[in-house]
Amino acid sequence: MYDSGILFSSVLNGVTTGAVYALIALGLTLIYGVLHIINFAHGAALMVALYAVYLLKTHFGIDPYLALPLVVPGMFGLGYALQRGIINRAGHGKDENILLVTLGLSIVLENLALLLFKSDTRTIETPYTLTTVAIGPAMIALPKLVAFAGALAASALLLLVLTRTDLGRAIRAVAKEKHGAKLMGIDVDHVYAMCFGIGLACLGAAACFLLPVYYVNPQVGAGFVPVAFTIVVLGGMGSFGGALVGGLLIGLVESLGGLFLGESLGQIGIFAVFIAVLLFRPQGLFGAKA
Amino acid sequence: MKNRRAFIQQSAAAASAVAFPLVGGAQPRTVKVGILHPVTGALAYSGQQCREGALMAIEDINKTGIKSLGGARIETLLGDAQSAPQAGAAEIEKMNEAGCSAVVGAYASAICLATTQAAAKYNLPHVVDVGVADQIVERGLKNTFRFGPGYRTCAQVAVSNLHVLNTLAGKPAKTVMIIHEESLFGTGTAALLARELPGFGFEVKEVIKHANPTRDFNNIVLRMKAVNPDIVIPANYYNEYALLVRTMQQQKVAPKAIYSVLGGAASSYKFLKEFPDAANGIIDCNHWFNPKDKRAAELRKRVEAKGLFFTYEIFNTYTAVRLLADAIERAKSTDRAAITDALASSTFGDHFMPYGATKFQNGQNLGAQPLMTQVIKGDIRVIVPRDYREADPVFPMRA
Repeated sequence: MYDSGILFSSVLNGVTTGAVYALIALGLTLIYGVLHIINFAHGAALMVALYAVYLLKTHFGIDPYLALPLVVPGMFGLGYALQRGIINRAGHGKDENILLVTLGLSIVLENLALLLFKSDTRTIETPYTLTTVAIGPAMIALPKLVAFAGALAASALLLLVLTRTDLGRAIRAVAKEKHGAKLMGIDVDHVYAMCFGIGLACLGAAACFLLPVYYVNPQVGAGFVPVAFTIVVLGGMGSFGGALVGGLLIGLVESLGGLFLGESLGQIGIFAVFIAVLLFRPQGLFGAKA
Repeated sequence: MKNRRAFIQQSAAAASAVAFPLVGGAQPRTVKVGILHPVTGALAYSGQQCREGALMAIEDINKTGIKSLGGARIETLLGDAQSAPQAGAAEIEKMNEAGCSAVVGAYASAICLATTQAAAKYNLPHVVDVGVADQIVERGLKNTFRFGPGYRTCAQVAVSNLHVLNTLAGKPAKTVMIIHEESLFGTGTAALLARELPGFGFEVKEVIKHANPTRDFNNIVLRMKAVNPDIVIPANYYNEYALLVRTMQQQKVAPKAIYSVLGGAASSYKFLKEFPDAANGIIDCNHWFNPKDKRAAELRKRVEAKGLFFTYEIFNTYTAVRLLADAIERAKSTDRAAITDALASSTFGDHFMPYGATKFQNGQNLGAQPLMTQVIKGDIRVIVPRDYREADPVFPMRA
């Protein structure tokens, strides 16, 4: 079988990849937990963020990590505007409308990208793209380690915002009881838009961490959305801790599954865990019982 | 007498002009040709490159038009196969309805299987531009013609040349690991390679299949580390190929050779530009042009002036369209059956691919062959066969 070095490498790789998955899923679960909408435009929004990072690097020479203070607020602004300007208006408060609006948005965004950037796959070269760090017997790419630390920090920050600030309290109040919150003087539309904004801001952060080791093309989001949805359901719809643990778990399962069963068959692992959770804990790992 | 003859000629001309309003008069008629590629979806990059090659060929052909048809221009009907076979087949239905005389497409093997079959129902001639799966030309479809080589030929050439390279170097390489994408192209190529390699004394240690897209190649590279093969053979599309080679570099996995079959760094100016270090020394067995033909260099200049990379998709589809135009020229007709016959008897040799004069047998161009290229000193050079050689091969990369 594999020696411990390779096994350890695989675990490390799974956890670091999982942290980025978690960050993407965190945005999705926040939007679901509060707005109760399934955001089909999540993958397209990730693609937009990746292009933003790419353009900042190629046109202005801004390193992807230094682009964080630009891309994260930018994505937040985009999310806020999208929710208030389009999704809220076109949805008329009906979940099925909103579902279609987000689906439509994703089609528009992807085709806009196709028009502007063509379907060409683009990558960026940074001084540290090929830098690896030895941790014990394992080699891990430096950008993956940074992504791991960054994703954990971003998640911690988000949890802090949700538990310790007025905005966080308002978000939780709206998530629990919309009408009650409104009666207490909370501007529900504003909170909705804030949530959507924060959800997309998570993608902005994920994009900054992802691009040094990945690529961008108009279809790039499609590779992440199924995993993000799986994590959200696995962790419990709307549960933030669940998304984080779920992301790490899925990354780990994917990595070890790939190592032992082969890359194609290894994907079974993800869905085996998923089905097991649905069978024995249908509310998800951290979800509250309905 | 003279007047009577003139009268008959004039009235015949007038009658035909009335019957076929587009034929007579100053307006030369057109030949409708469908150009069908996956320009959206997962294969969009390759599909758009193919389309670009086709449009450039049509631009060139339309400078003079089809001479035997009075300078008729090619009227292009663009189709999008959306990276899915059924969407490709649906586009063929549309092209048939629109009265296309022939179709060129559809890049990916799985899509070509569907489109050639759909076109066969209407006896619509279909020139396959890339589509390497051999099933495409082995189903007895009379309308289907593939100008380039199939994957069996490519795999055989790749393996026998690998054997030659290895023997000349004193047989340093004994073990092989194959990494391929999961669709018809990758799976079929890998199966052929795995079957051929042992006959030449190579041990195939492992064959790994991966999905499109694969987000992370660390696991595959870790397996590679455990297996420690002398030669790594990838057969996949660009995105996954780039991630794989980059991850190998990160994990410091350096086999004696990276030997890509049908797609890789040594047949991609794009990869070479983006990852010059990772590309160094990689050998490919892929579609390639005759490097000694000036027309290839001229086309490359035109393509690069448009800000595009001169990839095999472009020059394969470019020549596939030229092949069709040559057939229409000889058919002297826009009739599908006449064009099919002209394709079947084609001897088209006025091109820059290393195929010689065209000769179709059951729809396959017998002279079609891949070339072996290697990234040497920052450029792509043909290393095998000798007739097209630009540089001597460097093998093994690392002792």
